[in-house]
This record gives sequence, structure tokens and C-alpha cells, in this order.
Amino acid sequence: MFRNQYDTDVTTWSPAGRLFQVEYAMEAVKQGSAAIGLRSKTHVVLASVNKANSELSSHQKKIFKVDDHIGVAIAGLTADGRVLSRYMRSECINYSYSYESKLPVGRLVVQLADKAQVCTQRSWKRPYGVGLLVGGLDESGAHLYYNCPSGNYFEYQAFAMGSRSQAAKTYMERKFETFTESSRENLIKDALFALRETLQGEKLTSSICTVAVVGVDESFHILDKETVQALINEFEIAGEEAPANEAAPQDQGGDAQAGAADQGPTDQGVAPMDI
Amino acid sequence: MPIQQANWSPYDNNGGTCVAIAGADYCVIAADTRMSTGYNILTRDYSKIIQLADKSVMASSGFQADVRALQKVLEARHLVYQHQHNKQMSCPAMAQLLSNTLYYKRFFPYYSFNVLGGLDSEGKGCVFTYDAVGSYERVGYSSQGSGSTLIMPFLDNQLKSPSPLLLPAKDAVTPLSESEAVDLVKTCFASATERDIYTGDKLEILVLNAEGIRREYMELRKD
Repeated sequence: MFRNQYDTDVTTWSPAGRLFQVEYAMEAVKQGSAAIGLRSKTHVVLASVNKANSELSSHQKKIFKVDDHIGVAIAGLTADGRVLSRYMRSECINYSYSYESKLPVGRLVVQLADKAQVCTQRSWKRPYGVGLLVGGLDESGAHLYYNCPSGNYFEYQAFAMGSRSQAAKTYMERKFETFTESSRENLIKDALFALRETLQGEKLTSSICTVAVVGVDESFHILDKETVQALINEFEIAGEEAPANEAAPQDQGGDAQAGAADQGPTDQGVAPMDI
Repeated sequence: MPIQQANWSPYDNNGGTCVAIAGADYCVIAADTRMSTGYNILTRDYSKIIQLADKSVMASSGFQADVRALQKVLEARHLVYQHQHNKQMSCPAMAQLLSNTLYYKRFFPYYSFNVLGGLDSEGKGCVFTYDAVGSYERVGYSSQGSGSTLIMPFLDNQLKSPSPLLLPAKDAVTPLSESEAVDLVKTCFASATERDIYTGDKLEILVLNAEGIRREYMELRKD
């Protein structure tokens, strides 16, 4: 993308009918670290890569609980993401207060999208520079939506955003037909595999990723580091090739567990201030 | 035309009584389940108790519509707190929030007479007692509602050491065991039910301790 004369104002159209400021905002999302989401009939899993600026700093929080039945993963300007998460939480609380029931996910994303659209049509504002993967459950089932800075949103079976997300998308494009009927464990496994694709060979450990789940009988919660590391070891995804078929990890998991158990304590990426 | 007086009140009194007793490592909160208006009974099975947080339980008598509205406000505010602080509100924090919420409507009050019970940050039982506009105090035991005039002097007599009547109170909380405190509460309500027409039907008891929360019911006279 190169600079041109129609990109200064968000309220200026280009002759080709584009709003460059909005498109630049979507670029910001692509620069953020990867976040992915996948959905089955009964569960939604969100996972993100948490890179710290340096070994001395803590990791950026990219997955937020919005309500018991909704969570969001963000990529891009995380400060914008935090502010929007606060808005989403507030909307859920107000809806619960008024109607004593849970805000349907579809309603929330529409409100979010309309809020984003406002920033594309006011000269004194700028678009939000964050993409949101909203995962949640309501009466009509499990949902995964992607909200982008333009004010558009779509529902997805699986989605990835942020840097090197295409690798994760490729993996999920191959497997997505199995997701609807997938069990909770397999869904998390696929999320970890997809996340690993975005690391391009770097070792996947629980210290650089965050995984969260929401399900039919399960409130939205972020899995703790020990659980995630155990899953990574169990599925043997640490540094090896993703198996071409489903059967392989199950067999390998059994006898490799003894060897894989060593990998946990020796992971080298843990920052001193890891929260 | 002669001077007219207001013949509509935004308030009603649905009656009922609430009690809470704090112990060394537990708290008992109880209320009857009768809801009335005037000399009529609306229902025999309405809970006046709500668990606001892990370690905070509120029982309220008075105008139940205002009580319910107050409960909803506190529930929503607790969610906001959890999002901001990533933890549950402590009982003393909830106590202050309740006071502030009540005073917020100082000039059109919640007609709600509350007792808040729970465990403080050290795991000791705590009870806070309120008036309708938020004046509150931490005490070892309290009662509110239509039967409180019958129950309070009885508790003062039976729970001598945390009673503020021997100034200062000898103990902050009662030295009674959990089961003794529960029995005392049952006795209180059985007595109050005899003479207070607005108290009766069923007694709901919540016991909060380190293990969690336990609920118990006892039948009361239905007349």
C-alpha cells in the first residue's frame, strides 16, 4: 500500500470508491499478533499468540471475558480492543438487567459493528484499529463472528486474524468440515494446531499462547497455563508436523507422554513477570 | 374545594422479617418467606434472600419491588467490579456499595430494610445492618423487618457477648457454634411468628462458611 492524496481523511472517498483510512485501519489488524477462533455445535474456542515486547515485560492480554456466555479475542491496537471489550461488557450487563436474560451474540455484534461504522463517517474520529473475534453461545446455538474496523461483520465456522494468520486459515480450511460435530477436546486440539501454524516453526508452549473456551454447560473462561501445556504435550504439537490424519495423534499421545512430560518445566520463553 | 391529600403512595409494605448472626468462621442469614399486603397474603413462598457474591448474602424486608430493584442494581455493579478487578467483591466492600446505593436515592428511597451477612477477608463472620437510606454498621447480629422488635431484644439477651448493650461489646462475633446459631435463629422465628401476623409460612436459612454455602428450610405457622 502506498500513500496517495485521498487517504488523509476518513471522510474522503477516493475516485475508485474506497475509504483508505478504513483500509489502513484493517492493515493495523493484520500487523497484530495472531488470534484464531473455531466453533462446533456446542462449543467455541478462541486462542491467541501472546508475544511480549521483551523478556522483561508481561504479555499483552488479548482474550477477554465479556459475559458468562460470550468472550472476545482481539488483534491490532489492543488499547482499542480493551475499550470495545468494556463496551461489550457494559451492553451485556445492561441487557441482563433489563431483560433478565443473556444478550444474544448476534445482537451484540450488530451493536459493535454500528459503533465501528460511526467512526468511519465522522471527520473528527478515526476507525478502531482492532479486529474482534466474538465467540459465544445463546439460544440459537454456538456462534463465532468477526468484527472488523470497517463496521462489517460476518459469522464464521473458523477464522484467523493477525500476522501469519493465513497459515492458520489454510490449516482450518482443510479441517473445518469436521468442526461442527467435533468434541470439545478435539476442537481445542485443532485450535492449538492452527495457532502453531502461525508460529512458523517456533515452539508452541503455554507461555506464549492463551486459549479460552465457552460451551453449552461451560461458562466462558481462559484455560490456565498448566492445562494448556498438558494439552500441548498430549497432542504432541510442540514442534512436530501436524498429522495428515486424525488417527496419528491418538496413537502417538500414549507412548510419547512419558518423553513429552519433560518439555513442560524446561520451556525457555517464560518472562519473569508472566501473569 | 377542601384541601386534598395524596391518596396514592408509591410504596407498599410486604412485611416479613430478616435475621443475621455472625460467628467465628460462619455466618447465618435467615428470613421468612411470607409476602403480604395489608391484611392479605400474596404468597407463602417468596425468598427475601439473595447471594450477591461468593461471601456476601443480603436479606431484605420492606417493599419487595424496591428490594428486587436494589438486588438487580447490586448484581450489575458486582459484575462490573469483577470485570475491573478480576475477583469477587469482599463482604465489607459490598457493605459500602450497598450503603452508597441506598444513599444515592436519599430523596426517593428504596423502601428496603437490609441485613448483609458474609465472611470478611479473614474468614470471620460479619453482619452489617442498614436503614432505608444507607446508614450502616458492622455488628455481631441483627434483625430487620416487621418481627425485628420481637426478635432483637431476644438476641440481645441470648447473644450476650457481642451485644453492643454492654458497651463496648465483649466479642465482635458470637462464640456459639454454627449449629447452635442455626437453632437460635429457628427459635427466634418460631417466637416471632406467634405474635407478628406478617411473619410465618416458611423460614429460609442460609449458612455461609469456609466450605461454601448451605441452605435450609423450616416450616412456620401459617396463620
